[in-house]
Amino acid sequence: MTDLFSKFDPLIAQREALLSTGITDPFSLVMERVLSPTVAMCNGRETILLGTYNYMGMTFDPDVIAAGKQALDDFGAGTTGSRVLNGTYAGHRAVEEALKEFYAMDHAMVFSTGYQANLGIISTIAGKGDYIVLDIDSHASIWDGCKLGDAEVVPFKHNDIEAMEKRLKRIPEGAGKLVILEGVYSMLGDIAPLKEMVRVAKENGAMVLVDEAHSMGFIGANGRGVAEDQGCLDDVDFVIGTFSKSVGTVGGFCVSNHPKFEIMRLVCRPYVFTASLPPSVVATAATSIRKLMHSGNKRAHLWENSKILHKGLRDLGFQLGTETPQSAIIAVIMPDLERGAGMWEALLNEGLYVNLARPPATPANMTLLRCSLCAEHTVEQVQTILGMFERAGKAVGII
Amino acid sequence: MDRAATDEQIRAQIAPFNKKGVEVSDATSFVDDLEFDSLTVMDFVAAIEDEFDIIISMNQQAEIETYGQLVDAVVKLQG
Repeated sequence: MTDLFSKFDPLIAQREALLSTGITDPFSLVMERVLSPTVAMCNGRETILLGTYNYMGMTFDPDVIAAGKQALDDFGAGTTGSRVLNGTYAGHRAVEEALKEFYAMDHAMVFSTGYQANLGIISTIAGKGDYIVLDIDSHASIWDGCKLGDAEVVPFKHNDIEAMEKRLKRIPEGAGKLVILEGVYSMLGDIAPLKEMVRVAKENGAMVLVDEAHSMGFIGANGRGVAEDQGCLDDVDFVIGTFSKSVGTVGGFCVSNHPKFEIMRLVCRPYVFTASLPPSVVATAATSIRKLMHSGNKRAHLWENSKILHKGLRDLGFQLGTETPQSAIIAVIMPDLERGAGMWEALLNEGLYVNLARPPATPANMTLLRCSLCAEHTVEQVQTILGMFERAGKAVGII
Repeated sequence: MDRAATDEQIRAQIAPFNKKGVEVSDATSFVDDLEFDSLTVMDFVAAIEDEFDIIISMNQQAEIETYGQLVDAVVKLQG
């Protein structure tokens, strides 16, 4: 009998080699208690959280919590059904209404996770004979959506407008075309030149889908994302987003002005064949989204945090993923996995949690310590974080 | 374009990616012999696409394991 698990042997060996050095496993951290959007107890120690997607700090917002508790009381713990059967409650409609207002768009469709939103929309709209042209650094959910559909998949070099254009022009005449881009690329925290890319896509007769998971709530005057910030949101056909980042809970969505969009509810399998979100989740999401419409001050503070941390880390001598702070994500490039894991552990011992990101999630086989800031991080916390990075970096020999 | 001319053009494109100077025949495997990782594959495919002004989709790439298969595919894609 062939052991179907033999294909994982190289990864198992790499993991064992890393853990045999006595290092804490970076992929099995437990948060014993969560004290606020920015602080949790890990290994019995108070730890500053700098590796969550809680960009706007909505997880403990009193209005959000109250809405969730009320919905638990009024509607129960779960729906036990699909959105198209018994799983659409008043709260599911209400959160879709909130999204339509947030984005000023005609249609909103809520999925049980952000992953399923990409999986469902992409695999359903781009089928056999259609072409998907996408950035090579796209998120796993986008790649999986491509794989689930039967379209021809054509990647281009990250953020390379010319490479995208060349590929669009080579697509046979008459074929359906979908261009997939992200507002913020989550590994390095860099943004896409969406204005140019969307223009080129449209000139070449393609529909455009933009994943704004990491920009919602933060980037753009109304927090609608990078496309809003660059003034091209009207030309984007589909925006994909998530509740598990700035919104502070879990779930995914697509908003669109396409006149036929509502048919998606019947033909999109990752929407139909799964249980809908629990009532408490959609209630917290709707409340959070409505508050995010009026969070200009928090957005400004988060930008300040991002700028201070970026400059501080660069001044300390760390190599960063972007020349300038472009989002709430600041990626610190590690020389290799061993020293990356060592630095991660040293920071944890200082009382700081960041994300350790490694291939295949990262571009160009990089090992990254990914820092994601929160609007609730105080100016003092950011200074404390810089001190921790300085001590840990020196101890591990990275700076 | 005939197969021999296409072969010659692809050989020229492969050179900068063939770091170890592996001798290339129709049976040469990109992964096993040339040791291309996913990033190299992407850059190499882009170079071939631009050279011949064609698209080799990921779906088509999945069917191409050897040098000979690539030459055949490019001949076919040029019509």
